[in-house]
Amino acid sequence: MDLSIIVNQYSLYLNGLWTTIWLVALSLLLGLFIAVPAGILRSSNNWFVKGPIWFYMYFFRGTPLLIQLFIIYYGSAQFDALRESWLWEYFQEAWFCALLAFTLNTGAYTAEIVRGVIGTMDKGELEAAKAYGMSAWQTLRRITLPNSLRRALPAYSNEIIFMIHGSAIAGVVTIVDITGAARVVNARYYAPFEAYFAAGLLYMCLTFSVIYLFKKLEASYLQQ
Amino acid sequence: MKSATLSIKDLHKSFADNEVLKGIDLDAHKGDVISILGASGSGKSTLLRCVNLLETPSSGEIRVNGELIEMKQDKKRGAVPASIKQVERIRSRLAMVFQSFNLWSHMTVLENVIEAPVHVLGVPKKEAIVKAEAILQRVGLHERKNNFPGQLSGGQQQRVAIARALAVEPEVMLFDEPTSALDPELVGEVLSVMRGLAEEGRTMLVVTHEMAFARDVSNKVLFLHEGLVEEQGKPEVIFENPSSERFKQFISSVY
Repeated sequence: MDLSIIVNQYSLYLNGLWTTIWLVALSLLLGLFIAVPAGILRSSNNWFVKGPIWFYMYFFRGTPLLIQLFIIYYGSAQFDALRESWLWEYFQEAWFCALLAFTLNTGAYTAEIVRGVIGTMDKGELEAAKAYGMSAWQTLRRITLPNSLRRALPAYSNEIIFMIHGSAIAGVVTIVDITGAARVVNARYYAPFEAYFAAGLLYMCLTFSVIYLFKKLEASYLQQ
Repeated sequence: MKSATLSIKDLHKSFADNEVLKGIDLDAHKGDVISILGASGSGKSTLLRCVNLLETPSSGEIRVNGELIEMKQDKKRGAVPASIKQVERIRSRLAMVFQSFNLWSHMTVLENVIEAPVHVLGVPKKEAIVKAEAILQRVGLHERKNNFPGQLSGGQQQRVAIARALAVEPEVMLFDEPTSALDPELVGEVLSVMRGLAEEGRTMLVVTHEMAFARDVSNKVLFLHEGLVEEQGKPEVIFENPSSERFKQFISSVY
């Protein structure tokens, strides 16, 4: 085992780490903007509202992330309309396709978490909101969401960890994230153990940071 | 004579084929403390929940300070409120204390108390806090204002719920079996707060099983049986001299 390989290539790893961080962080953030409305509207009584959301959630939860990335990255070129539009500039970029796939994927999983916690909202607290004259919108904004999203924290920290680990497939479409960096190092030195072990350590650091952060968040928001 | 603060006329309520309320009349004037008694299933909670439209009455009239709650007929759902805005406005003038407290668990005690004044009635936050602190002082929970409901005992939670109700300066306070979910040793602290409210002239509608409260604190008692008022009057009269055989049995069974 030759640790000097890792030490020599540390800047490649650090760049990879940074790529993984922004790619996952941005996907998670954008995913939340999909997940919260989708999770709420999933319980709508109107089939034109909940039907498309149902399909979206089932497709992205029902298929592997790698397949979703392949469909977007390789499959999109098949559509002439897309190739001729301004969007094509983005779809050519691996980072964009990865970001899109990750966002849609985490959006679907997180929407399911949101739907779950809203569904288990205490009925009495909702009734109290009603009894004190709150409108449906006020109840959602003041009571249902703040209460439910707090309860979503433990499940959401899991989702973040899954996304960090799932993002390793970005390396497959030429992105030099942590895994991508490890592939490059391995190709240069043919030292798979050192190369991937270093990558594993970096993922572990990220994961533990998330766990630590959520422990703090849960301590301050879930003490009640 | 001034119109009643709350006036209910010929109120009916059915759940599917089951008629729970079969025509109830009730007037509450300012300062009235009315206890509503009855066996379980007699419709007493449903009656209370109809007052602020948590249950939609099938027919009948409800007036708050003379203002009629407008209803309309919906083909599928039957009677529904004509204007949800009106219902929300009237609800904000009433306050309910629930059997299971129903405090908002993600908010501190203080936040629970200022929530409706600030976000429903539009009271400036600073003003609401000053008032909330005074109310918490009076229910004896000022030192717990930064705690969350989950950190309090049942009796304390119910006193916070009463503080939340007081904070909106309601026309009528509705109590739905406020002591039924409490351990026996905690019932006293809640009842004594309610007794204090009655003494200062609050208008209260209290669904309860506490006979002592009904007899000693309220100025009017309503006894429901199978969706109808079976007996009503001043407590000192009807407890001493019940005209209804069922009420007589009811009293003797709970004592």
